[in-house]
Amino acid sequence: MGTNLFNKIWDLHRIRTLPDGMDQIFIGLHLLHEVTSPQAFRMLEQKELAVKYPERTFATVDHIIPTDSRSRPLEDPLAEEMLRVLEDNTRRHGIPFFGLDSEDQGIIHIIGPELGLTQPGMTISCGDSHTSTHGAFGAIAFGIGTSQVRDILATQTLALNRSRVRKIEVKGKLLKGVTAKDLALKLIQQLGVKGGVGYAYEYCGEAVSNLSMEERMTLCNMTIEGGARVGYVNPDETTFAYLKGKRFAPSGRAFERAEVFWKSIASDPDAAYDDHFVIQAGEIEPMVTWGINPGQAIGIDQRIPFPEDLSDDEAEVAEKAFRHMGFREGDPVRGRRIDVAFIGSCTNGRISDLREAARVARGMKKADHVRALVVPGSMAVDRQAKEEGLDLIFKEAGFEYRQAGCSMCLAMNPDKLEGNQISASSSNRNFIGRQGSPEGRTLLMSPAMVAAAAITGYVTDSRELWGEADGR
Amino acid sequence: MADKSAGRSVIKGMGLPLMGNDIDTDRIIPARFMKCVTFDGLGAYAFFDERYDVNGDQKDHIMNDERYAEGSILLVNKNFGCGSSREHAPQALYHWGIRGFVGESFAEIFAGNCNSLGLPAVRVSREAIGKLMEICMANPSPVLTIDLKEGYVSAEGTAFPASLPEGYRRALIEGTWDVTQTLLEGSGEVDRKYRELPYLRGFT
Repeated sequence: MGTNLFNKIWDLHRIRTLPDGMDQIFIGLHLLHEVTSPQAFRMLEQKELAVKYPERTFATVDHIIPTDSRSRPLEDPLAEEMLRVLEDNTRRHGIPFFGLDSEDQGIIHIIGPELGLTQPGMTISCGDSHTSTHGAFGAIAFGIGTSQVRDILATQTLALNRSRVRKIEVKGKLLKGVTAKDLALKLIQQLGVKGGVGYAYEYCGEAVSNLSMEERMTLCNMTIEGGARVGYVNPDETTFAYLKGKRFAPSGRAFERAEVFWKSIASDPDAAYDDHFVIQAGEIEPMVTWGINPGQAIGIDQRIPFPEDLSDDEAEVAEKAFRHMGFREGDPVRGRRIDVAFIGSCTNGRISDLREAARVARGMKKADHVRALVVPGSMAVDRQAKEEGLDLIFKEAGFEYRQAGCSMCLAMNPDKLEGNQISASSSNRNFIGRQGSPEGRTLLMSPAMVAAAAITGYVTDSRELWGEADGR
Repeated sequence: MADKSAGRSVIKGMGLPLMGNDIDTDRIIPARFMKCVTFDGLGAYAFFDERYDVNGDQKDHIMNDERYAEGSILLVNKNFGCGSSREHAPQALYHWGIRGFVGESFAEIFAGNCNSLGLPAVRVSREAIGKLMEICMANPSPVLTIDLKEGYVSAEGTAFPASLPEGYRRALIEGTWDVTQTLLEGSGEVDRKYRELPYLRGFT
């Protein structure tokens, strides 16, 4: 029996077994942002400890920054304080920092891959659950709490329990107009929001192999929404091609040697797994959520389930969702009127996401009653979008084209829903209150579906807005 | 967190039944309250939007019920603490007064964060949590006991088997949940690993 990627990387980074039975694991890349790190630096100071390897931590500011103006001080004094504390901490400890004035600033899970920091075979952590994104490269990448941020800063290691590994095989091809986001939502709907607890997910199969790196990032990003902390795709030629020429990726002969290493950590063909799940790609439609967790999702032409068709646990959450969302069992999601359309986030704020949305929005006008926002995931995405004229396509369609940040995914900046507005969102969570209003309502979907909803003003099958020439 | 010097084998307190599956950390502490650089003031914002309406008036919620003001063990259902990795969630509950969790299951990152803070998050069966919630609903006074050594949760003389990951259990019993010092003890091996890993030595 061979070994899977997860166990290969785990064993490669294992320092020792701790007295309590957990493993001490070396963390190869640590990513940092302003929300979950200030308390960690304070703990470090209380313990009078230094940062062990400041060159293996990289920081940026993403959650709290406004997307209309970057002038300092930030209008919100609390946001300004958080930014200032991060600036101080990174300066004091010699940690590389991509700040507001850096052309590399952006959402941490977007800039890591963009800069080539994220590489196959690494262990990667960040005080943010969507760190699973980086698994797209064939890394073990997972979110941690602030006390663990402290532990990495102080020791470059963590105390961890080894996960089991579930192989998720996506057979066949995705239909035209069906995206990695739809695949992710379908998997969470099938396996449940807690189905992945204790597991790392290995995504494989024809449909996964065919995904671009950015699509793989979307898929791995959403892994945590299904309860699994880690999701990954084995590195392949697509991965290597993406890495070539990236600033922090190896170059020249080192790249060739790296490729040998990267290939060696991929799962063996006869690798053992703790569980195996198979899904047919061709059966997946564009997905939309109707509830208050990402597992409460249906295909665009399906109807909201009846509680009696669900398990007791799911029915309880469905009843809560109906009360919050104002939907009823048996309702369609198609045709649901929306108030806000949000394109962005670490899930779907990359250049390919903006291209997909722009393809729908090109030459169209947004519905009068909709506020539509496009927030590029990074300064680099923004530059590329402008070079391709995507910003103009959005502006001509009546969308607000804004500056890089997390924005309305979690609304820690001024971009928020108001009252009980309904948002069509390309982000990752439809939790109650997630987009900044306690009564706000979120429908998760792909960027193209969000753009389509912005144009018609109602939840729409984006495939109907594409011309014949738009074949995938 | 408090009581750091000693282990915590037995935790006693009033049970606070909070029904519902898949309660996410955005609900436990809405993101707008994370604009802070310390955890100290978070207790006031625990479950804020579930406890207060948009006008700031109290809603019907167990944590607003005076009879449970001394409650310190939160009873929950499945997948409690899912979603965001924010340690602000268990920190907010800790600062509100919670010292332990008993539930059907916990999200993985949340459970790890609880362990980092020395807060036990123990699992019991569906039947057990139903019974425990019933007892605490009927009578807000009983003292719940979480016994980590013996592996049970008890109330009113009835004991239910309880479990948590072995590493967490031992850390709590031995008082070693703050692992920084333990991890530092492996420093020599960490330095060796740093020199050995292919991607840190430039793939030479």
